[in-house]
Amino acid sequence: MTIIDESDVILSVKDLTAEVDGIPILKGLNLEIKRGEIHAIMGPNGSGKSTFSKVLAGHPAYGVTGGTITFLGEDLLALEPQERAISGLFLAFQYPLEIPGVSNLDFLRVAYNSRLKAQGKPELDALDFDDLVRGKLDIVKMDPSFLTRSVNEGFSGGEKKRNEILQMALLEPKLAILDETDSGLDIDALKIVANGVNQLTTPDKAVLMITHYQRLLDYIIPDYVHVMESGRILTTGGKELALELESRGYDWIRDNELVGVAE
Amino acid sequence: MSSSVQTLVNRPYKYGFVTDIESDTIPKGLNEDVVRLISAKKNEPQFMVDFRLRAYRQWLTMDSPTWPTVTYPPINYQDIVYYSAPKPKEKLKSLDQVDPTLLETFEKLGIPLTEQKRLTNVAVDAIFDSVSVATTFKEKLAEQGIIFCSISEALHHHPQLIEQYLGRVVPIADNYFAALNSAVFSDGSFVYIPKNTHCPMELSTYFRINNGESGQFERTLIVAESGSFVSYLEGCTAPMYDSNQLHAAVVELVALDNAEIKYATVQNWYAGDANGKGGIYNFVTKRGLCQGANSKISWTQVETGSAITWKYPSCVLVGDHSVGEFYSVALTNHYQQADTGTKMIHVGKNTRSTIISKGISVGHSNNSYRGLVKIGPKADGARNYSQCDSMLIGDNAGANTFPYIQVQNQTGKVEHEASTSKIGEDQLFYFQQRGISLEDAASMMISGFCRDVFNKLPMEFAVEADRLLSLKLEGSVG
Repeated sequence: MTIIDESDVILSVKDLTAEVDGIPILKGLNLEIKRGEIHAIMGPNGSGKSTFSKVLAGHPAYGVTGGTITFLGEDLLALEPQERAISGLFLAFQYPLEIPGVSNLDFLRVAYNSRLKAQGKPELDALDFDDLVRGKLDIVKMDPSFLTRSVNEGFSGGEKKRNEILQMALLEPKLAILDETDSGLDIDALKIVANGVNQLTTPDKAVLMITHYQRLLDYIIPDYVHVMESGRILTTGGKELALELESRGYDWIRDNELVGVAE
Repeated sequence: MSSSVQTLVNRPYKYGFVTDIESDTIPKGLNEDVVRLISAKKNEPQFMVDFRLRAYRQWLTMDSPTWPTVTYPPINYQDIVYYSAPKPKEKLKSLDQVDPTLLETFEKLGIPLTEQKRLTNVAVDAIFDSVSVATTFKEKLAEQGIIFCSISEALHHHPQLIEQYLGRVVPIADNYFAALNSAVFSDGSFVYIPKNTHCPMELSTYFRINNGESGQFERTLIVAESGSFVSYLEGCTAPMYDSNQLHAAVVELVALDNAEIKYATVQNWYAGDANGKGGIYNFVTKRGLCQGANSKISWTQVETGSAITWKYPSCVLVGDHSVGEFYSVALTNHYQQADTGTKMIHVGKNTRSTIISKGISVGHSNNSYRGLVKIGPKADGARNYSQCDSMLIGDNAGANTFPYIQVQNQTGKVEHEASTSKIGEDQLFYFQQRGISLEDAASMMISGFCRDVFNKLPMEFAVEADRLLSLKLEGSVG
């Protein structure tokens, strides 16, 4: 599938509303992401940040009730989760799943080849793929022994997150969504992960970080910071907004928003 | 459409067609005359008639077992046809004279029987309803003294072997369904491997139930003389009917000194529809006797079909240093019920057994492992290792493990491990988010889960079994 999209817009979300188990979570969300941009969505617990990432990826438990999402010129909501992935949308999970019995290497190879297959390209055989993946391990400083273990099984929190970034390195998504990737990481692991993401961010791609804390943003510098509250983007600013939030808390935004000062 | 699991389970059954063929079918119902009639149709020797009548009289005094965790309405045994055979056009001399409709049927099932097309390294006995229609490579095997034919034929050509071994391992009074089978069995396969002979090819029997009202009662007997080896595989399918059909088979294996029998089953009976209507009741008794020292019997089963499965392929380890193995994958979907496992009876010294059971439950199905390990008083140094793993897919499926362990000898060593894991929507979503389809996701997880067992299947069938499981799941995971 070769969608020729002249515009620089990768993702365009308009008036998005969504629910989980009949409870409305997203209540009119708008967002536009262009090539080369790094966005961060911050916000208190329960503001709908993670729901937004799941809706983008197409998790079956989340129902979209209104609005549109356009991804690389296509109607994202019409695509199955794996079609979204194949067209270049990647979600680094907050809690990566453990898959017993399936080796990391097999998982990565099938994921990689599924994309090649969908694009009508020849699939890589096991040997070629092995070379490819070993070349990427260094991006997240991962030991080759992780390849032969079951996917995420028995991995520490930091190892799981590094494994997510390894997958990202392999699948080269157009839009990578990092859902609370910093949670549960010590400072060394955080640096490795951030460094990996920075290496993978090129002018034709974009990154959307979802985070509760500012500290990830010390290592992956965003172009835009959005503050989310009650299922909507409350305000948008530059990277300094994150620092402001860190020192003054979310109440500060709420108060400002009421008097219309933000932005 | 919250259900990726849903999508995976609902794949249509591929072998559900009915062959339109004229058959010789006796009226429904069971009594001594029917038993005699079956025997007469096959022109059996007197000892066989007596065997059947003893079994029938025994069966009348027995009740069907109530201990398995399966539920079904009472079976009306008078409403079943006990003999149904495709009418032969004339007396058959070679495969070329087999009714083309039957050859076509088996070809459609992926079991080509004709000379040009058949599998090169597998000899097949094809059984259609109550009778064997063809056996391939019979002459070639006979050159080495190996007997591979239908049990009806064996009754005529090798009556002394049948009389010697039939009912030796599974006596007629063993259980309700074994007694019924002993009274009315119509055909099955017979294998005899002479001393110090390594059977050069896989032997295989393929069972096909075609008639909607007939039960299938087949009988398989495999005898491996001292120092011999045989690998045997059975496969089964049936058309889709709304009614339930009864399949009550008995399989007996005998291994003498240093002999080895590998018995594999890939079972794909019609399992009923998504609402649990129709399907085969599979009530089967399979048992192997390791009679000789250092003998070995291994059961490998991949169970995907039948509405209800009730079977416990077992090993009686009489010979010193004999070995019993049981490797099982049982997949249940929709409203299927499986109560399956094994019995390892250690009688001789230093006998060893291994049990690896993998149960996968999807939809509203229920999958139970039931296994007995018994170390008898004289079984010095006997050892058993059991591992029972269950995998649940979705929220409505059930899994149970019922291990029974009886140790009567202090030197015995028994180990039992069990685990339960669950494939949830989130795991499937994780695969999908990486661009992997639900089918691929489920089949990767299931292959991983079942690897220990698939490794034990003959090469040709390991791939087939893997594929079969994925097919069964298509449309069901979500």
